[in-house]
Amino acid sequence: MSAPPKTTASGLVTPRPQLRKARSRSYALTVRAFGPVVLLALWWVASATGLLTPDVLASPAEVLRAVVELWDNGQLSDALTTSLTRSGIGLLIGLAAGLTLGITTGFTRLGDELLDSSLQTLRTIPFLSLVPLFMVWFGINETAKILLIAVATTFPMYVSTSSGVRNTDPKLIEAMRSFGMGRLATVREVVLPGALPSLLAGLRLSMTLSVIALIAAEEINATAGIGYLMSQAQSYARTDILAVCILVYGLLGLAADIVVRLLERVLMPWRTPQGASR
Amino acid sequence: MTTDTPTTPAVRVRDLRRVFGDRAVLDDLELDIARGEFVALLGASGSGKTTLLRILGALDGADGGEVLVPEARTIVFQEPRLVPSKKVLANVTVALPRSRSAHGLRALAEVGLERHADAWPATLSGGEAQRVALARALVREPELLLLDEPFAALDALTRLKMQDLVGELCRIHRPAVLLVTHDVDEAVRLADRVAVLRDGRLITDETVTVDRPRDPGNPAFAALRRRLLGDLGVAAPPQPVPAPVEPTPGRTEVGVI
Repeated sequence: MSAPPKTTASGLVTPRPQLRKARSRSYALTVRAFGPVVLLALWWVASATGLLTPDVLASPAEVLRAVVELWDNGQLSDALTTSLTRSGIGLLIGLAAGLTLGITTGFTRLGDELLDSSLQTLRTIPFLSLVPLFMVWFGINETAKILLIAVATTFPMYVSTSSGVRNTDPKLIEAMRSFGMGRLATVREVVLPGALPSLLAGLRLSMTLSVIALIAAEEINATAGIGYLMSQAQSYARTDILAVCILVYGLLGLAADIVVRLLERVLMPWRTPQGASR
Repeated sequence: MTTDTPTTPAVRVRDLRRVFGDRAVLDDLELDIARGEFVALLGASGSGKTTLLRILGALDGADGGEVLVPEARTIVFQEPRLVPSKKVLANVTVALPRSRSAHGLRALAEVGLERHADAWPATLSGGEAQRVALARALVREPELLLLDEPFAALDALTRLKMQDLVGELCRIHRPAVLLVTHDVDEAVRLADRVAVLRDGRLITDETVTVDRPRDPGNPAFAALRRRLLGDLGVAAPPQPVPAPVEPTPGRTEVGVI
């Protein structure tokens, strides 16, 4: 790029391919960590200079102290366990439902005609509007919370799955059929692996939504969990605990992203770096 | 279809019709292929040769007529059509019971790829991927092997090697073969019989009498070649000069190498 191409007497040039330079892992990690570190530094500077008063948002040091305090008296781990169980079970139900529905509508014409329009209608209903209805139906117990998370996570998974399944190369399916592969085996061995990129995108969206739905579910009459911790902190104006809870939610989202990235690497070993496929 | 004498047909087609819109692509077509016979079907682009193959392979329906094919039949498509998420050996034994992987390895060895059994399809070259597709078709011990322009997407050198490989493997396994192609030289090199499809029916159907190994310089080869090109509506050059053809995947014109 920088050096001018050497021209030989015959007017020919030496081709210079632009190769990507190999970079060390630690360098990549440093670059990745740069953004969060800068944010943290800004927060700390703003608190230290008095720009950010403690009644608006606690300083990083106070938040760290709150984490230690909550961890020592067991409140944080209890809340985390409760919340993660809720969102985990809800997410599992939602993923299973979305996957099943998505495969049905994506792979069979009958399923598409029968289910898709109603599912697309249901999908547009904001799940938050279901909160009062769920409270009437199921009361204010765990079922209502888990089902709310399940409903919220079903639809992103459904949309991604059905589009991924629909995008399977029809020539490949035809070839498999000509070799006598059954429909179920085709779904398991060809369609689903082919749809994995979409499935993982759906998983990513569903995981994010499960945290959002968790917050919504825990805002209503919870007696345990991160949301409960937050509403307690709100009544005592403990901005340090509020900040801890918000950070926990953020870290949950980050963890979900890391999980999906790992899954991408583990579940799709056939993907070459060039993304070529035959 | 019960006895296994050489005279029993592997394929029997009578009065076959296939209509797209108001155009009859196949019109009262008749075709017989004996067991172990290698038939090459020539035709210009859009003449319906692939449609005929797809009907024989049960991938398309017919609009009329009688079609009889053996139960065991496999297809090699123009593209390899390998499942990207399965390793090479699993692609060969796709839809077969797990106990058949030894057969799969043997089939891979026959196409010279036993060392690639554990590779991903994306890492193979075009010729290698097509050889895997050939192994996948042969491991099922087909009585009818349908080849749908299997060499069209390959470069000229790989194509020649693949033609030799297919010819040799067909001599060993003796399936009935229908090779759909638009390459006259390929047809004459490999086939026991060549047929030309035009206007919905076979306007030529003759046994190839050129001695094997078939050399394009042989006068009988050249004469047959010229005649077939004439049937295809292409004026043959006076001297058969082997001109290099660019390896364009999915080329549509009548190949003349």
